[in-house]
Amino acid sequence: MSDTPMIDELEKGPWPSFVREIRRAGEQSATARDLINILELSYKDKKTHWKHGGVVGVRGYGAGVIGRYVDMPEQFPGVAHFHTVRVNQTSGFVYSTKGLGEIMDIWDKRGSGMTNLHGSTGDMVLLGTNSDELDPIFTDISQKGWDLGGSGSDLRTPSCCIGPARCEYATIDTLAITRELTNYYQDELHRPAFPYKFKIKVAGCPNDCVASVARADLSIIGTWKDDIKIDQAEVDNYVAGGGIDIMKEVVMLCPTQCIDFDGKKMEIDNSNCVRCMHCINKMTKALSVGDEKGATILLGAKAPIVEGAMLASVIVPFMELEEPFDNLKELIEAFWEVWDEDGKNKERIGEFMERMGKGEFVEEVGRILEENDSEVKLVSDVDMVFHPRENPYIFYDEYLEEVSDE
Amino acid sequence: MAEERITDQGAKDYKEMLHPVMLKNYGQWKYHEILKPGVLVHVAESGDKIYSVRVASPRLLSTKSIRFFMSIADKYGEGYLRFTTRNNVEILTDKEENVESIIKDLADDGWPIGGTGRTASNVVHTQGWVHCHTSATDASGVVKAIMDEVFDDFVAENLPGKLKMALACCLNMCGAVHASDISVLGIHRRPPTVDYNMLGQICEIPTTIASCPTGAIRQDIVDGVKAMKIVEDQCMYCGACYTACPNMPLADPLNDGCSIWVGGKIANARTKPAFTKLVVPYLPNNPPRWPEVVDAVKKIIQVYKDNAKKWERVGEMIERIGWAKFFKLTGFEFTKYHIDDYKLATKSYNTSAHLRF
Repeated sequence: MSDTPMIDELEKGPWPSFVREIRRAGEQSATARDLINILELSYKDKKTHWKHGGVVGVRGYGAGVIGRYVDMPEQFPGVAHFHTVRVNQTSGFVYSTKGLGEIMDIWDKRGSGMTNLHGSTGDMVLLGTNSDELDPIFTDISQKGWDLGGSGSDLRTPSCCIGPARCEYATIDTLAITRELTNYYQDELHRPAFPYKFKIKVAGCPNDCVASVARADLSIIGTWKDDIKIDQAEVDNYVAGGGIDIMKEVVMLCPTQCIDFDGKKMEIDNSNCVRCMHCINKMTKALSVGDEKGATILLGAKAPIVEGAMLASVIVPFMELEEPFDNLKELIEAFWEVWDEDGKNKERIGEFMERMGKGEFVEEVGRILEENDSEVKLVSDVDMVFHPRENPYIFYDEYLEEVSDE
Repeated sequence: MAEERITDQGAKDYKEMLHPVMLKNYGQWKYHEILKPGVLVHVAESGDKIYSVRVASPRLLSTKSIRFFMSIADKYGEGYLRFTTRNNVEILTDKEENVESIIKDLADDGWPIGGTGRTASNVVHTQGWVHCHTSATDASGVVKAIMDEVFDDFVAENLPGKLKMALACCLNMCGAVHASDISVLGIHRRPPTVDYNMLGQICEIPTTIASCPTGAIRQDIVDGVKAMKIVEDQCMYCGACYTACPNMPLADPLNDGCSIWVGGKIANARTKPAFTKLVVPYLPNNPPRWPEVVDAVKKIIQVYKDNAKKWERVGEMIERIGWAKFFKLTGFEFTKYHIDDYKLATKSYNTSAHLRF
């Protein structure tokens, strides 16, 4: 009889098994072998056996390593320490086998051989090592040109979709923006000094394959201002091909009913197009994003803790983004300045903006941008809300006072 | 030999990591097609093509398996691969004739392909009992149990539209489960317990009190010794105090479990991004296969298959047919827990006479 009957059960079935993965790592690593054992105990006890606690890290950095310990170290010495190392991934999660192999070699030598590719924020997550290995791991990855990612109350490792590297929808260079922000804000990323975490995700188009609108404090979503380009010859091919019912699957699903199609010719009322992407997604050969490209900037997404889950909301309806992205940096720094000044401990920027009022927040960020002579202007805009306020509890800044005759 | 310490190098240059065809045609892509589930071709203005073979992954990967993927990329793909935002692996090649060989070699080691188009894509998920100290359920195990049953919908385009599932093992939600078609969310139902015996030896009381985002922890005196107590009504089960003080464990085998949420989306296609909404407030943790959770997910997928129009997402279908019908079709019980009682709850009250009977 196996010592781990419940975990063994999850090696069966058609979906690739994480148990097989841990066992594969366990061929070389006592840490991975004890990971199986502690997991079996969790399945039996129906509870976690991990605890946080103790400050661990590498010299000169306040982030990038998460300390983790098992609550029964005598019984499970292999996972007495089970720290995580976050290695900054490449933009778009693209790797040469040579580059990825460098990390694999280091991790086989100094860790459990278990990874998450990737963590929810985007880092390569190296899962399970002990305190003594942390600095050597850092030295090894540094020598190969890699660096740690963020953790704690800092700029978290920015991440992005595959963008212009392999996608015709991308209206911004998501990979370049992500790498530039990562490398420009290294101090903010490695040395926590914010009220709380700050995540940035960059999506090349409104399909938002990197889930920025739900997962990033700062969500950068590619868009365009001019007309959707129509290749009528390709529309004809779709009609002739018959693989798609254009009227039913495209025209009728347009959220603003701005497509005119007579069975042959397609026209779009671009003044009423909301850039939802549906028609382009479905007729990718015939329809494509416009030429006047840029991004919509949204702010404030977060998970429930503390004040409730939020999706990001529009803060800059349209912005051109060209290297070296100075306008974006000026905007980000103005956000940080306001949040850093008045944000409470563990208050995400979305919660801060809610507490302050979006109108006030916009005004304050706008004032700072002006003070800093930024080319970016920020003023209240109708695109920041779904609709104007419904309640009459308005705090007026402007009012008149009786002027005495004296 | 003392090596000079290098810091703050940042992210490695992605240009060194791009398949030569992707580098050459950077920003010059014309269109893409799904050749079959799990196989994409992207065609550049130049006529160049790059093929991507999308492989299922449990996200929790051993270096050995990653090296296996690398060996496939070296053998057929000029040495380049990538990972998707939903944690699939993609082997890249510019040679169409290599695609079937890649698929065969992957299959020989137990790796299926799929997750493109109208399929159930890979489940975004968190760490669970494999690594997390605040988890209310496991993550990898529940996902494995679900995907073993939903497998056919990953490898073939059986669904009306895209189906994106996510799992987070507690309310901290390291995975964005608040905006997926179907979400499993681990929940604690009781505040942390305070282990008074060990408290003073390990935990700093002021630090622990300060760690609570809602101010629910108060100083207390137990048997003449400084201790802490928790105001239960104020606790939202975030585990911040357990992070600061290992003697305030949040895990509770009797009460921890899973809740099920539906109807969220991220993409702007057709309808706006949307939050998930509660359908099942509590299901027990029953490892190793969580049958109650798997059944609930399968039920939702069946209703989606039977009722959605082509391209409709789960939330769009429910918006069209109404929540009452969705509850009727799935058979889930509607309870007081389904009625929001947090900030702005009144926004979800039905103020109309729009009802379906």
